[in-house]
Amino acid sequence: MTKPLALINARLIDPVAGTETRGGVLIADGLIADVGTSLTKANLGGDVEVIDCLGDVVAPGLIDMRAFVGEPGAEHRETIASASAAAAAGGVTTIVSMPDTQPVVDDPAVVDFLKRRARDTARVRVLPSAAITKGLKGKEIAELGLLQEAGAIAFSDGTHSIRNTQVMRRAMTYARDFDALIMHFAQDEDLAGSGVMNAGELATRLGLGGIPVEAEAIALDRDMRLVNMIRGKYHAAIISARMSVEIMARAKEAGLPVTCATSINHLTLNENDIGNYRTFCKVSPPLRHELDREALVEALSSGLIDVIVSDHNPQDVETKRLPFGEAENGAIGLETMLSAAIRLVHAGQVSLPRLIAAMTSRPAEILGLPQGRLAKGTPADLIRFDPDEPYVLDPALLHSRSKNTPFDEARMEGRVKLTLVAGEKVWG
Amino acid sequence: MAAPRSPIIFPHRHLLGIEHLSAPDIIQILDVAEEAVALSRKVEKKRHVLSGRTQINLFFENSTRTQASFEIAGKRLGADVMNMSVANSSVKKGETLIDTAVTLNAMRPDIIIVRHHQSGAVDLLARKVDCCVVNAGDGAHEHPTQALLDALTIRRRKGRIEGLTVAICGDVAHSRVARSNMLLLAKLGARVRVVGPSTLLPGGIERMGVEVHRDMREGIKDADIVMMLRLQLERMSGAFVPSLREYARFFGLDEAMLAHAKPDALVMHPGPMNRGVEIDSAVADGPRSLVTEQVEMGVAVRMAVLEALAQNLPKG
Repeated sequence: MTKPLALINARLIDPVAGTETRGGVLIADGLIADVGTSLTKANLGGDVEVIDCLGDVVAPGLIDMRAFVGEPGAEHRETIASASAAAAAGGVTTIVSMPDTQPVVDDPAVVDFLKRRARDTARVRVLPSAAITKGLKGKEIAELGLLQEAGAIAFSDGTHSIRNTQVMRRAMTYARDFDALIMHFAQDEDLAGSGVMNAGELATRLGLGGIPVEAEAIALDRDMRLVNMIRGKYHAAIISARMSVEIMARAKEAGLPVTCATSINHLTLNENDIGNYRTFCKVSPPLRHELDREALVEALSSGLIDVIVSDHNPQDVETKRLPFGEAENGAIGLETMLSAAIRLVHAGQVSLPRLIAAMTSRPAEILGLPQGRLAKGTPADLIRFDPDEPYVLDPALLHSRSKNTPFDEARMEGRVKLTLVAGEKVWG
Repeated sequence: MAAPRSPIIFPHRHLLGIEHLSAPDIIQILDVAEEAVALSRKVEKKRHVLSGRTQINLFFENSTRTQASFEIAGKRLGADVMNMSVANSSVKKGETLIDTAVTLNAMRPDIIIVRHHQSGAVDLLARKVDCCVVNAGDGAHEHPTQALLDALTIRRRKGRIEGLTVAICGDVAHSRVARSNMLLLAKLGARVRVVGPSTLLPGGIERMGVEVHRDMREGIKDADIVMMLRLQLERMSGAFVPSLREYARFFGLDEAMLAHAKPDALVMHPGPMNRGVEIDSAVADGPRSLVTEQVEMGVAVRMAVLEALAQNLPKG
């Protein structure tokens, strides 16, 4: 039995209450034993390891609802071990992995494999999501019941959008019987066509095919109508545009059981970051206009957007060092999500507790997880960071096996100093 | 041979697009090209400014006239020119663009002329080599030497570019020629219109400093220059227009349509032409067509570009 651990003299962020207070956290047996202002060095018992946080922030560890891990099938880009090392360094204590692997996570045996690999090699919690449709092909429903029994936390077709409305309807209907969460990337694939970036003036200037915001809005609108019909739990896995924010607002107002996320890239970058054909800024959905980004930030601040995801998607030189049109989509993000997000706090656009909630308690509520809160009796997944500590991002120091970060050489603030999973130190 | 003149000042290592050029840069290239026109009309066409230099024409996309034009331009200036078409290259064996670039770079060429089907591919290649790179067309992005040769052709016939009304007609969405011409003509003070069905006009084009017309008659009304674009059938991944005959009916340039332009309006086409689709043979072969002159100016402009870039090559 390890000694109890206390983090004292901290700026405690409680994402559920939305508050910031001075105090400490006491950890015993992997759980938060106590938390509050009264926890000081003076009133702790003798046999406790004490860490003086010197006024740094202590918050729940982050829960990332959308991360692509190369294992199985693309271990040269990322393994569960390397992704979890990146996560630990970035303050992410729970990863929901996407089913876009080789083989696809559409079979209970693959879920089982992932869980065992995570147990044996990961420093953080890895929760596999499983495919909605077999082979992510959008044609036949996967074995949702068996996959859930095997331990799939939710269902997603990852980077694929389900084109056939009848298939989507049946998947939602069937998932409802298991009270399973559908996390869908909504994009009308026909309208997106061969586009590779946001449609508009910049795409025209660069001579690149455009994906209009309507491609997302039309698919999302369709999904909302299906939710209205079926009333199953639906989470928009990643939205990128003002138009989509408006659709989500209407759906929530109508009381539909829906939530949504946007990615850290869409909150902090826009299409202009593509500049001279930078393929590290090629993501799906594409980076949008600055006005869209502003709408996303505003919706995050108001709580309309529930969750921030890293959309971590490791790609190597072979898939990125190509002409823009031929390069793969994706950017890594596990390790930079927190620092990048803190930019919004420094810009005065989002409060720190609200920002943290979008990466902790909101995903926990949506997924039905006990962690992600600063409450007595919950898992002691905690992070310590100084939101004002500046640094320049050096991709060579990142833990991911792939270095495709759009924040290459960027000035960042808020490096994670300590990460605990179930009270165990995994970083710092 | 050529009269002594002040040295060319061209502050660019590569020619990747019109976007990066200033109006004086452009005018200078056109002035140098005028001399090249005169030279090319002589029996003895050879100069030696590229003597000892190696020029590689690297074409990832099939081209007859542009590749031939660059080859002749290089040879007239004394360069050793090698043509490398994709059919013979290791790209077919899966080599990436950058590996190809690095391999060719190791052979120490002085100038590489590149055409590629992807927008931005030539910029990418230029970052990986030590020599000059000339963009001979990248995707739907830019084709700078085409715009320069068009400008030279117009200037020789009309005496100026500033103040002219130029209508660029047809498949603007898939055309790098249109983009480079829009940029160049605007920099030199022409009034630029783009004309085509909305499905062939890319989003946001009205914010690129051009007038947008969907009706051909209105679009070419009182134009000094009617610049037709090739309907890029090979690039049509979806149905942008219902049929060729419908396109020809509304956007084809025949004598009757041309009557809407100024009486002294001239007609251009970058080639190869789809006769009977975007341009009628009577117009293409008629007295107002500049099509063959454009080809001649192409060699001259490419000579000028090569000479300008050669000024900046390391000597000795």
